[in-house]
Amino acid sequence: MSSQSILINGRTAPFETGESILDAAKKIGIEIPTLCFLKRAMPTGVCGICAVEVEGASDLVTACNTPASQGMVIRTESPKVVARRRSLIKKLLSSGNHNCAVCGTGSGEWERFQALVQGRDNAQELCPVWGDCELQNLAFLYQVQGENTPEPAQEFPKVEINPFIVRDYARCIGCGRCAQACNSVQVNDAINYVPGEAKAGEFPLANEDCVFCGECIQACPVGALVEKNARYTVRPWETKKVRTTCSYCGVGCQLWLHIKDNRVVKVTGVEEVGPNWGSLCVKGRFGFHFVGHEQRLTKPLIKENGKFREASWDEALDLVAKKLGEIRDAHGSDAFGLLTSARVTNEENYIAQKFARAVIKTNNVDHCARL
Amino acid sequence: MTNPIGDVEKAKAILITGSNTTENHPVLSCYAKRAARFADAKIIVADPRKIPMVRHSVLWMRQKLGTDVAWINGMIHVIIRDKLYDEKYVKTRTVGFDDLAKTVGKYTPEFVEGITGIPAEDIEEAARIFAKAKSASILYTMGITQHICGTDNVKSLANLAMITGNVGREGGGVNPLRGQNNVQGACDMGGLPNVYTGYQPVANADNKKKFEEAWGVTGLNEKPGMTATRMLPAAHEGKLKALYIIGENPMVSDPDIDHAKACLEHLDFLVVQDIFLTETAQLAHVVLPSACFAEKDGTFSNTERKIQRVRKAVNPPGQAKDDWWILVELARRMGYTMNYAHSRAIFEEIARVTPSYCGVSYDRLEHDGLHWPCPGPDHPGTPCLHKEQFTCGLGVLHAVEWIPPAEQPDDQYPYYLTTGRHIYHYHTGTMTMKSDGLNKAAPECYLEITPADAKGLGVADGEMVEVKSRRGAITVKARVCDATEDGTVFLPFHYAKAAANKLTNTALDPIAAIPELKVCAVSISKTA
Ligand code: SF4
Ligand code: SF4
Repeated sequence: MSSQSILINGRTAPFETGESILDAAKKIGIEIPTLCFLKRAMPTGVCGICAVEVEGASDLVTACNTPASQGMVIRTESPKVVARRRSLIKKLLSSGNHNCAVCGTGSGEWERFQALVQGRDNAQELCPVWGDCELQNLAFLYQVQGENTPEPAQEFPKVEINPFIVRDYARCIGCGRCAQACNSVQVNDAINYVPGEAKAGEFPLANEDCVFCGECIQACPVGALVEKNARYTVRPWETKKVRTTCSYCGVGCQLWLHIKDNRVVKVTGVEEVGPNWGSLCVKGRFGFHFVGHEQRLTKPLIKENGKFREASWDEALDLVAKKLGEIRDAHGSDAFGLLTSARVTNEENYIAQKFARAVIKTNNVDHCARL
Repeated sequence: MTNPIGDVEKAKAILITGSNTTENHPVLSCYAKRAARFADAKIIVADPRKIPMVRHSVLWMRQKLGTDVAWINGMIHVIIRDKLYDEKYVKTRTVGFDDLAKTVGKYTPEFVEGITGIPAEDIEEAARIFAKAKSASILYTMGITQHICGTDNVKSLANLAMITGNVGREGGGVNPLRGQNNVQGACDMGGLPNVYTGYQPVANADNKKKFEEAWGVTGLNEKPGMTATRMLPAAHEGKLKALYIIGENPMVSDPDIDHAKACLEHLDFLVVQDIFLTETAQLAHVVLPSACFAEKDGTFSNTERKIQRVRKAVNPPGQAKDDWWILVELARRMGYTMNYAHSRAIFEEIARVTPSYCGVSYDRLEHDGLHWPCPGPDHPGTPCLHKEQFTCGLGVLHAVEWIPPAEQPDDQYPYYLTTGRHIYHYHTGTMTMKSDGLNKAAPECYLEITPADAKGLGVADGEMVEVKSRRGAITVKARVCDATEDGTVFLPFHYAKAAANKLTNTALDPIAAIPELKVCAVSISKTA
């Protein structure tokens, strides 16, 4: 146990050497808001939102990259802190196409701004990540409105050429989380950006080394990086999330399937547990369309005169049972073989081998893992 | 894997061989890349292709196809010669060291260079990096196992890990990465011809009795059955009359597809249970529609032996059913009743008859998975195997000699062909090819060929070529690049339309019965 501690909002918070103020606060359940902070990467402190007041210090410090030191006395929501956060949030909200309901100046201006952004997005709705945006959440929390002008000084390009990701620089807040996700977590080195060194939107996102893992999308706190086929069509309040395991390779990443009208419409990584701690690859994140695909088999098929015809379960199963029984009786149990599957569940593999062994009485059971 | 995935990031040296990790196990590869970038781990790649991981490595050894035992023996030679092995570990935990030392005696770096084409000094360097690291992990996949000497390759890697004391060590281990999501589970569940669940041999009277009691039957067969690679020829010979295939597509994944087709057509009765009408299903007499992973409850066991939940998120299309439901119904119609209300009940039965799973339950898996062996309800699971001692006492060092691949280039078929996957598609493409984005990213098959070979054939990048082996021929677009070395070409095997496995060899490893998919000889010519 550590004997070191600091005082946060009047409560004692123990910490280990090397831990930040943010770490210490989290341990005792005090939440300090962050934007640029990304788990599994070195904190940069570039957004400044996690500013806190340390007694005796001349200025506020960023909690994410300031190490806790014995005896510090910290306040996380003092008037000075709140004022700082409000001004930072306001600046970010005013910096681009943040057309959520919390932004606006005079009502006329607001409508003109909306019309402009929707025109540029070719959309009839508010921001594609409305309700799923960390900046918007902070704006609600601190009751801040942006000062968006109808003509943002600079028109940022939107990159849509790749098949998976829309990169919308007009909503980028320059936090650098995408660069950290790409370079520090996935180590794909596709985003060349050092937070704080360039202004939002001035860096080219993702070069040809991009392998579309989508780590950057999941890391983006705002609407600058969005799945192409979910943009404006998948809204968090219309979907339910089900946690499961990826069905492609043997890593077994933990996924959230986002479901709308009995269809998988989006996939994200589960951040709380291994093996992936939120990471996915292009197949796991974007390869889900087979699930409800129109070519799926929906009825048993029986081949007659070289052609398939649809059949009921009863008819198909009776036929299979009869045939297998005949072959077993005429040629013995070992004339039957069963290839179970590295694709189906443990429970199904178990039943498959039980079927071959207990019903047919053969050990001709294998799967295609050798291939 | 002997070690958990997270351990890869704790390794100080990582030997990656026969595994295009960044493309085939992308998320796992991040652990290795992070170790190299942020924790000074040294990655050694041994691969005939210049795979993306080479960029993150300190050393890349490009071996000639099918020469793995030679370079691994070479590394072991150097480690023993320079006394870099873990003497205490070798003495207390292994047997067979003297034999091994004798066998590798002749595998001097120079001798190995002659066989593998890897410069002698690189073998020396690799041996030093690996043996001196505080913990050294080995990652491998099909590039090691899909050879006639696949079992020997794996034994050699195990030798290397054991003499350096890396088995049972955090950040070490011999770690096969499973290519398909539930290969581990299919094996654990007895989806093998010689064992019941948890690797309990069928040729054992006690096990027979145990399962007869558990299942309420008599006369369980004690004779081990045929492997998949032997079932097909048996069908051809007329010994196997009926085959039931669940969720696999051997018509794209098997070596020598034309032959595989002939075998399947020989069957009196073929049932295929799948989610799509695959190339294999088209040959079936009866096709049964099953639910896919997003439509059912259950568990998968991943490559680190972690049992994790699968949960139903959507309803299956039409009348598609859970694979287990179909088999239970069939069993009932053949006079054997099984009663399960839900996959949970099946899992409870698995836990009852499988010692390594007996402490696992759906309740325990709710938030996070568990690594087997998990022998009791309070047992925390076993992320790292062989920690204090090997499951079977002492670790056996197997002295193995290198043998050349079954087929080598000659005048008629002058190029080596090797096969694999790329990042955008999965196995036979049945699933991934339903996503437009993935198809856009990787629309069609291609043949990787070096600039020198392409020039020699008068082929330009993007032109069509015919690739031919003793078994078949395909037409495919040439991709001129320096991924392989001169004289060797590469094909991804995902595409049914230009199926690499029309060309590959069915020669089998005598023990594991794995075909030599990674090496065969081909000729290449420009198509008119
Ligand atoms: S998708 Fe992945 S590789 Fe591409 S830019 Fe984003 S994080 Fe990097
Ligand atoms: S998301 Fe990618 S790395 Fe993870 S299990 Fe799925 S296929 Fe494998």
